[in-house]
Amino acid sequence: MQMPPLDPDILARRGEIVAALKAIVPGEGVIDDIDSMRPFECDALSAYRQLPLVVVLPETVDQVSAILRYCQDHKVKVVPRGAGTSLSGGSMPVGDAILLGMAKFNRILEVDYANRCARVQPGVTNLGVTNAVESEGFYYAPDPSSQIACSIGGNVAENSGGVHCLKYGLTTNNLLGLELVLMNGEVVRLGGRHLDSGGYDLLGLMTGSEGLLGVVTEVTVRLLRKPSTARAVLLGFPTEAGAADCVAAVIASGIIPGGMEMMDKDAIQCAENFVGAGYPLDAEGLLIVELDGPAVEVDYLVARVEEIAKGRGATTCRVSRDEQERVLFWAGRKAAFPAVGQITPDYMCLDGSVPRGRLVEVLGEIRRMSRKHGLRVVNVFHAGDGNLHPLILFDANDPDELHRAEQFGADILRLCVRVGGVLTGEHGVGIEKRDLMNVQFTDTDLDQQMRVKCAFDPDHLLNPGKVFPQLRRCAELGRVVVHHNKIPFPDIPRF
Amino acid sequence: MAGTIKPRDARELRQAVEWALNEGVTLDVRGSGSKLDIGKPMRCDQVLDLSGVSGIVDYAPEELVVTLRAGTPLREVEALLAQRKQMLAFEPPDLGPLLGRAPGEGTLVGTIMGNFAGPRRLSAGAARDHLLGFSGVNGRGEAFKSGGRVMKNVTGYDLSKLLAGSWGTLAVLDEVSVKVLPAPDQTRTLLLLGVDDAVAVKAMCAAMGSPYEVSGAAHVGDRTALRVEGFAPSVEARVKGLRDLFPDAKMEELGTLESRAFWREVRDAVPLGADADDAVWRISSAPSDGAAVVARIKAAQPFAKAFYDWSGGLIWLALPARDDADHQVVRAGLLGHATLIRAPEKVRAAVPVFQPLPPALAALSARVKDSFDPKGLFNPGRMAGV
Repeated sequence: MQMPPLDPDILARRGEIVAALKAIVPGEGVIDDIDSMRPFECDALSAYRQLPLVVVLPETVDQVSAILRYCQDHKVKVVPRGAGTSLSGGSMPVGDAILLGMAKFNRILEVDYANRCARVQPGVTNLGVTNAVESEGFYYAPDPSSQIACSIGGNVAENSGGVHCLKYGLTTNNLLGLELVLMNGEVVRLGGRHLDSGGYDLLGLMTGSEGLLGVVTEVTVRLLRKPSTARAVLLGFPTEAGAADCVAAVIASGIIPGGMEMMDKDAIQCAENFVGAGYPLDAEGLLIVELDGPAVEVDYLVARVEEIAKGRGATTCRVSRDEQERVLFWAGRKAAFPAVGQITPDYMCLDGSVPRGRLVEVLGEIRRMSRKHGLRVVNVFHAGDGNLHPLILFDANDPDELHRAEQFGADILRLCVRVGGVLTGEHGVGIEKRDLMNVQFTDTDLDQQMRVKCAFDPDHLLNPGKVFPQLRRCAELGRVVVHHNKIPFPDIPRF
Repeated sequence: MAGTIKPRDARELRQAVEWALNEGVTLDVRGSGSKLDIGKPMRCDQVLDLSGVSGIVDYAPEELVVTLRAGTPLREVEALLAQRKQMLAFEPPDLGPLLGRAPGEGTLVGTIMGNFAGPRRLSAGAARDHLLGFSGVNGRGEAFKSGGRVMKNVTGYDLSKLLAGSWGTLAVLDEVSVKVLPAPDQTRTLLLLGVDDAVAVKAMCAAMGSPYEVSGAAHVGDRTALRVEGFAPSVEARVKGLRDLFPDAKMEELGTLESRAFWREVRDAVPLGADADDAVWRISSAPSDGAAVVARIKAAQPFAKAFYDWSGGLIWLALPARDDADHQVVRAGLLGHATLIRAPEKVRAAVPVFQPLPPALAALSARVKDSFDPKGLFNPGRMAGV
């Protein structure tokens, strides 16, 4: 993974930069010795490691503002970091950049049940929000599988999803407001407790911007009332096509399940060996369909889903009888990644999204690629919204396997784009898919995105080396080319 | 009188913008023109009419997505979706009659450009939440795209959010992909009768915080309306649950057809009963503040008329005609935003139509505009003050 070359001038000024940060954040908030910086050298994309220039852990918005203003004035790069659970290297340190950790912003500031929202600091964990409001029957809907550890600030940066997105949306659909600090130190508030924006929707733009536009210091999230009932249906099919047809048929019948997950035969076996959830080992494709709402609605929908599944040739059809069994049905799916970890030294998790109708074809093609690259692949995915998570099994100690795994992964993502999908459904581009951005976007598409970046961060100091395969200077991007050979365009109708 | 240029496809659209850039010509970008009178008045050199770039490109009901060209009439999209029992869940309003025009004239992309949404905004989101991706032309005459046709996509910046609500000031779209959802089987509305504003807001917030999945909460006159939609057995159970929430209230119920008519009127601001020359405002605030916002305005302007949607978070307000549209009264102490939806051109020229932003945010918004349209070709000044 190629990162931008280190700036020798910045490295030479390290002592001066550390001293400046210590003047802003007193006490233990600046970490500059190598051993103490070790825990920060990677995020959840742990194949790539790099020590930062220095780590700073501010506690107040004023400190964040002062740090960014200093960095802007002295042209020092900054990598923001929440809990460090990014799967795409979104918070991977850069050798000549400050790592700005937001972990100390860990308080829930206010819960407002009347307006169904909570104002929280960005270092609060995703599950921490739900835990704080559960006693009143509320929850925060987006539930990425790292929800125990991942932070709300990181969720905003990555526009995180989870298994319930189809019905309840991603992070972007569940936010009301943000406070953020711009690279020039200005503090800006977007949204609040009201809906939508009077001007440009910068809240929507910030969400999923992968820490390249500003540093979030406060988040207002929407809270939802917990559905009174949830039941899961486990459906086994003799073919993957049968399972995929069932997904399409459920949606075409007007049902939007709370969650709809699919696993292939290898994934079923891995998960079953690991958890013992009672998955049918003879099935080629397994669906877990969760239906939530009032009890009568859930009963009604369960019956309809069963009927649809049987019509599509389901050989296993089990409905959870109680909460314990529902959790057990999910346990296998939720443990699919660690379960796969048991049978391979390393695995690479991909995240492309495809139109649901192309699912079976894409799976077949992934298998063909698996034979070509000589590496096994296990498939779990959010079938309801076409978000795939193929897991490529390999051994990172074997450089050739690592190389083949990277090639295989890139082939899968190119396939996703070819069938009308995208490189990443929920994990983000980060460093991992950065060099594939040209597969999905033209240079013009990327230039427009980079110009938006320039509006926030004209010197490209914030989270460098992420998302864009090649950063172009803002001055160069800002030029407007006017062709002086004037063209009348007589063929367009005019009045 | 400015001339009109009317491209027939994406290629001609790009050529038109390139030409405008080269000639230094500003463009009044419009679809059907149904929302022309919203925003600051503009002086443009040319009209760029998108009604020729029209039609459905692809509709995949089982993928929950429809792709269409920018000039496609909203009613054409809705009719197509209805054939497969699907809908645009954000309930695009038809503000034609409110603005003194015929009903049913707007385009879907025009609705997206104003980021409008009807009563279901509460549970299903606004236009911004349903725009999956687009292609268009920026102010450099460059064709570009963002997003895609899939539900889940975090590849690159989410420029769809930025375009939704940009009133045509950032880029000219030629094609959009929009998320669709199944239309509900049944709709029922519970009316609480004889309720004042403050009690209504409390009741709506309580209903929204209940597990009964209320998809509309409006207060008109002294009636508070709560909408429940879905499959028959579920609707039945949820209405019963809601009734039990308000044991002392006097109640009525509307069935599916009556409910549809009622919420269509709420969606289109019909219950406001605005007189022809009233100024009309659309205010977004925290739901629980709704009644206080209206009380404050009525204290200063006793002839104000108002009704509430979005559980009190959306206020439609009509004020007797005045040169300043009472904008200071409307916005004093408001935590949220107020948009002057209807007023004569000279009033809109004189007062901020959109909520004025704090300086740092205004400067940032100007830089964002510049990043798309550095020469200010598209709808110049329409969002002025933002």
